[in-house]
Order: sequence, then C-alpha cells, then structure tokens
Amino acid sequence: MSDESIKKFMYMNRKAPYGTIYALEALEVVLIGAAFDQDVSLAFLDDGVFQLTEGQNTDGIGVKNFSPAFRALGDYDVNKLYVEKESLEARGLAESDLMELVWEDEDDDWAEKPSIKVVSRDELKAIMGDQDVIMSF
Amino acid sequence: MSILHTVNKSPFQKGDLSSCLAHANAEDAVLLIEDGVYGAIAGTDAANEIAAANTNIYVLGGDLAARGIASEKVAQGVNVIEYDGFVDLVTEHKAVNSWL
Repeated sequence: MSDESIKKFMYMNRKAPYGTIYALEALEVVLIGAAFDQDVSLAFLDDGVFQLTEGQNTDGIGVKNFSPAFRALGDYDVNKLYVEKESLEARGLAESDLMELVWEDEDDDWAEKPSIKVVSRDELKAIMGDQDVIMSF
Repeated sequence: MSILHTVNKSPFQKGDLSSCLAHANAEDAVLLIEDGVYGAIAGTDAANEIAAANTNIYVLGGDLAARGIASEKVAQGVNVIEYDGFVDLVTEHKAVNSWL
C-alpha cells in the first residue's frame, strides 16, 4: 500500500466501560478497522481511562468482561494507546493501575514493547491535531 | 491543518465542552450544536471557559433559535453561523471530532 493512502486514524475513548455500550463498540470498531493497514492510535481521556484498569471482573453484573480484548490489539499492529495523565490523576489512578499491554516489534527481534503511553494533555492535544480522521466514542 | 470539534451536550449537564476546549488547538474550530448551544449563553461559567480558550468558537443559529436563545444572549467572541457556515467549516478543516 502506498504511503499516500495511509491515513492517521485516532479512536478517542472518553467513556467508562460498563455503564454504556460505547466503550465495547469502540473496541469492536478498532478491531475491524485494524484490517485496513492504516496508522491507528487510540486515545483514552476523561472517563475513558477507566477502560484500561487492571483486574476487571464482571461476574457480578452479568456482562461480558471485554478488557482482555485490549491485549489482542498488539497482534493487529495497533500499538499506540495514548492515556492522558491529567485524566488518570483526576480519577485517583496511576499508570500502575492499568493493564500491561504489549506488542512485539518485528524489526527488533520481536521484542515486547509497551503499547500504553501516558501523555500530558498538551501532548495529546498536539497528537490530536496531527490526525486525518478522529472517531470519538 | 486543523480540526473541527463539535459539542452537542449542555455544559450544565456534562463535561464535554470543558474537555473539548482543553484539547482544541489555536487553529482549530469548536462548533456548538444541539444542546451544546446552551454553552454560548453569556455570563455563565461555560462562557468564561470559552473566553479563556485559545481557539475559534462557533454556534449553530438554528439550534439556538429552536431553544429560544436570542442572539443577544450569545457571549462575545462566539460566532453564530447557519448550516451553510457549518458546511464551510467542515470543508475548511482536515478532520471532524465529535465530542459525544
């Protein structure tokens, strides 16, 4: 695929995982979209940061726990998950409260590298401004 | 190149406008539509946030009128536009980001 046809797609996640269907639907769209070889990133801000907490267990609410599916993203070359620092802090969370998500870099002897990158609001603002397409959930 | 942001929730009920304003770049545009237009009323916390934001703010006149918000009530610095202006904004920006 030629470089001109590759666009920067950002999926912006701003909602908590189980109160509404948005978060699950966003993840489904990302997994479907991963087939199209675009330059994909995910942003997690506001309540969206709650989607990535470690240790989610939905046994008590009769809803599917879809958080393990985030671990599959690396296999689809979706390995830029930007998490906003200010949103984490405002909610009493730190990076250590999040799932450890990794991808394997084929250009570096399949070394496992972290997919989650905690960024400041200003950094995220700049990354957002650089996108060709933003899909917000 | 820049982004057109749209906000369709009332700032008196939801935090979407605040979050959007905090992430809009100087060359971007923020357009208030549907219940988002309540954010354009002068003399409110939302209007203060808009005044402090370093970006370009628009509000959709049809949605204001539908809700009985006269244009005299709209805060200074907020540009009232109609659907044709909405179309212009879409064509002038690289991408649209809907703060749902």
